[in-house]
Amino acid sequence: MQQRVAILRAGFWHRQPANWRDLVALILVVAIILLLGSGARQMVAPFVVAQQPEISLAPSALPNDALRTTMRMLVAMIASLLFTFTYGTAAAKSRRAEMVLIPLLDVLQSVPVLGYLSFTVVFFVSLFPHQALGVELAAIFAIFTSQAWNMAFSFFQSLRTVPYDLDEASRGFRLSAWQRFWRLEVPFAMPGLVWNTMMSMSGGWFFVVASEAIAVGEMHVELPGIGSYVAHAIAERNLAAVGWAIAAMTVTIVIYDQLLFRPLVAWSNKFHYEQTAATVVPKSWVADLFHRARMFHAIADSIGAMATTVARARLSIGPLALRRDGYIRLLPFYLIDMVWYGSILLAIAYLGWVLLRFAGAELSWADVREASRDGSITLLRVAILVAIATIVWVPIGVAIGLRPALAEKVQPLVQFLAAFPANLLFPVAVYLIARFQLAPEIWLSPLMILGTQWYIVFNVIAGASAFPTDFKEAAATFRVGGWHWWRDVMLPGIFPYYVTGAITASGGAWNASIVSEAVSWGPVKLNGGGLGAYIARMTEAGDFARIALGIAVMSVLVVGMNRLLWRPLYAYAERRTRLD
Amino acid sequence: MAATTNAIIDLRSVGKAFAKRSGEPFTVLHDINLALHTNEVLGLLGRSGSGKSTLLRIAGGLIRPTSGEVLYNGSPLTGPAEGIAVVFQTFALFPWLTVLENVELGLDALGLRGDESRRRAEQAIDLIGLDGFQTAYPRELSGGMRQRVGFARAIAVRPDVLLMDEPFSALDVLTAETLRTDFLDLWEERQLPTKAVLMVTHNIEEAVLMCDRLLLLAPNPGRIAAEIPVPLARPRNRLDQEFGSIVDEVYAVLTARTVASIGALRQAHEGVTQPLPQAPVNRMSGLIAFLAAPPYDGRAELDTLATTLSLTVNDLFPIAEGLHLLEFAELKDGGLKLTAAGQVFAGSGTDERKKLFREHLLRFVPLTAHICRVLQEREGHSAPRLRFEVELEDHLSRDDAERTLRAATAWGRYAELFGYDDNTQAYSTIAPSGA
Repeated sequence: MQQRVAILRAGFWHRQPANWRDLVALILVVAIILLLGSGARQMVAPFVVAQQPEISLAPSALPNDALRTTMRMLVAMIASLLFTFTYGTAAAKSRRAEMVLIPLLDVLQSVPVLGYLSFTVVFFVSLFPHQALGVELAAIFAIFTSQAWNMAFSFFQSLRTVPYDLDEASRGFRLSAWQRFWRLEVPFAMPGLVWNTMMSMSGGWFFVVASEAIAVGEMHVELPGIGSYVAHAIAERNLAAVGWAIAAMTVTIVIYDQLLFRPLVAWSNKFHYEQTAATVVPKSWVADLFHRARMFHAIADSIGAMATTVARARLSIGPLALRRDGYIRLLPFYLIDMVWYGSILLAIAYLGWVLLRFAGAELSWADVREASRDGSITLLRVAILVAIATIVWVPIGVAIGLRPALAEKVQPLVQFLAAFPANLLFPVAVYLIARFQLAPEIWLSPLMILGTQWYIVFNVIAGASAFPTDFKEAAATFRVGGWHWWRDVMLPGIFPYYVTGAITASGGAWNASIVSEAVSWGPVKLNGGGLGAYIARMTEAGDFARIALGIAVMSVLVVGMNRLLWRPLYAYAERRTRLD
Repeated sequence: MAATTNAIIDLRSVGKAFAKRSGEPFTVLHDINLALHTNEVLGLLGRSGSGKSTLLRIAGGLIRPTSGEVLYNGSPLTGPAEGIAVVFQTFALFPWLTVLENVELGLDALGLRGDESRRRAEQAIDLIGLDGFQTAYPRELSGGMRQRVGFARAIAVRPDVLLMDEPFSALDVLTAETLRTDFLDLWEERQLPTKAVLMVTHNIEEAVLMCDRLLLLAPNPGRIAAEIPVPLARPRNRLDQEFGSIVDEVYAVLTARTVASIGALRQAHEGVTQPLPQAPVNRMSGLIAFLAAPPYDGRAELDTLATTLSLTVNDLFPIAEGLHLLEFAELKDGGLKLTAAGQVFAGSGTDERKKLFREHLLRFVPLTAHICRVLQEREGHSAPRLRFEVELEDHLSRDDAERTLRAATAWGRYAELFGYDDNTQAYSTIAPSGA
């Protein structure tokens, strides 16, 4: 019966009367296709580094700039997804690959994204010397690096935690690796993947803006986009233009979120593994629109059916697949292991030697001392800023989280603020600092956490909202109040959430230091000192050895902070707030 | 096990060992010989930890044995095979697939054409009573309906052999009964494409109701302790005399096994590494009070207890074993009888109970006495948990060691023999109150 209905719908969809929703959906689809096509054409247009088109500061140039910026975001997301599926799968499926890939990912995650930029621009431009594509790719790569590691890690962890019974069922029913991937692994990983993509999108906007106007040594590149628009506005000290750019960015983020991420989140909700009915079902008007537009629904159904057919095909490479459980082995297990370990050690030793030789020729101990000193300044800044943000936002976050109606309204706003690239706001701050002759060492610091403090707010609100009602009621019955209430009831309750938020906030602050410790307003240059300023200065000078040194010091500091502070805190939070 | 000629699945001296932390092998299953014949429902019965689920997975090719061989239709089984389907305790449904898609999942591996796959899935759904639920997602279904999807998915691939891993244990009593009856009806009327069924259960009545033959597994290491044929005509009636006597026989064998293994393990290594049952003090106190009160007046049959208290064997046996171990009660011939100490315990107040429990703990549970001794000897009167964990893992599997230590900790804390701090993961002496 059911089957016949489906056939009817698939076969005779054109007989279904189109409704008004179809019209809206049609307009949306056509507009998006046209825009993407135009953006793509501009990407591959001819381009010569020496003769770049003038960036116009007219507000009418902004829609096209926003389109170019958005294109980069989209391409980077697709690239990140491809990377995630291959890298994450390789790491999860092979113990030997995992040994190399996961520590590598861990380090890549903590390397400041903007640090790469100076290296990658040179590389990509040399790949496509007479096309905009090379520079475009460099910018896209910057966005890619801000989200790909997160996504791959999330995917890897999902693959490792595939529920045992579903794993057994898929093996018991002898699904091929291809079927297993699309029927079990990808669906199971989907909610985490979408969530991580959305969370790292804010980093993406930040870096796309930062990477559109790049100056490495002699090479100055400006790609049309909101980022270069702002860079130009800064050079010309045009505060009104900065305002226009902020407005354009706001609109762009809202549209991107509504058209892409809301529908994605609503869709990925069905992949949640917990079999209890969800209390809050994410909604999206775009998803609803396409769902209810009859004609589009029918088209989507047939596309979905095709995708399902592909996912269900065995695509097995025959008997080879059977050997994976180790029935046929040419060499003993430990022998392969030894060869593998050996080659890893050799590779590390070789790379280390190359590095040492390179560093020995270019750098002296004085450089290391300088970078370390700057590093400790930035470390101090990050610590103080996270502490201040904590003191300010935890009480406010708790107050909001305990009022569900308010929290529901505030959370989207906080998410938007987190996604908004804070570097667009820098010129305003810099203008004020320059105007009132404030000390840049102190007043530039808040810029580092301007964009990332929202993660603390967001997570604290989420924690307070999720705080069990019976605990609240128990505290109220026993009349626990004042400081006592904070210490024994609320703070332990939100602690794991807070730690999650603080990790993201401090990581983001490190990244932001590269663009926030040294800023300019027309001819005025402000330098706050610190490792970020060091890397920015070396990038401007095109001094690759010292850029690398700065990045290395920053990575060491970030990894050290994660290992010595955040991870133990997180483990502690997990252990202490568990009841079973 | 005379004729193995018509065996569909044949396990020959199968053993399974896992590596312990020290790298030494830990034996889970030892020398298992099992033949599943055509037209039979074979039950694997045993306590948790007896390796019955592992055995089922070995028979299904999901786990490879470390020794021995598995034959399926006479040839060696090297992995999941086309004619074998599994029904899982947790249903193992894919939450993002509808009922129909879940059922078709098993058929995809066969590489069937779309319409053929659809036809067979619809057939299985119809047979198992799921019509009308095709487009539902598992989360919309009740537990009973979910397990029906599990059955439909298994049956759709038309397996020779159906392996069922405690298929009804996650369901409530009424739902489980409905599904059991429906399944037995299909089996009796030969509506299933299946030739033989191997099922794991810890519910003794369920086993006697459904199976033609029972294999009782004993733990440490898992081995076949007894084989009990169930030559009753179907449909079976729980109130029949014969039915009851087979249930009693199973209980008697299980208690005899438990008592024997407690005795044997107490001998080895001075009893320090004897695995302890998961028997919370409150449950043991409750059972003592229940036994002491009329109409039982100190003695009850285990099947009576299981029915009256609605406990499964898995819940009841650890408590009974705990009482037996602490000599508050005695397990014998499928019954549980309070000892004199047990009677005193039942009539005492909180402090006397603690005192009595403490004395019995020191006398009959060598591990707790051992922990006390170590704490006395060590400077600062404290010892890390790891010290005992490592000691236990020399003789027990990691899980068993963890469970045993947890039981000893809970008992010792109740008896105020020693304290334990989870933050520092360390034991320490405490001055018992009222001592």
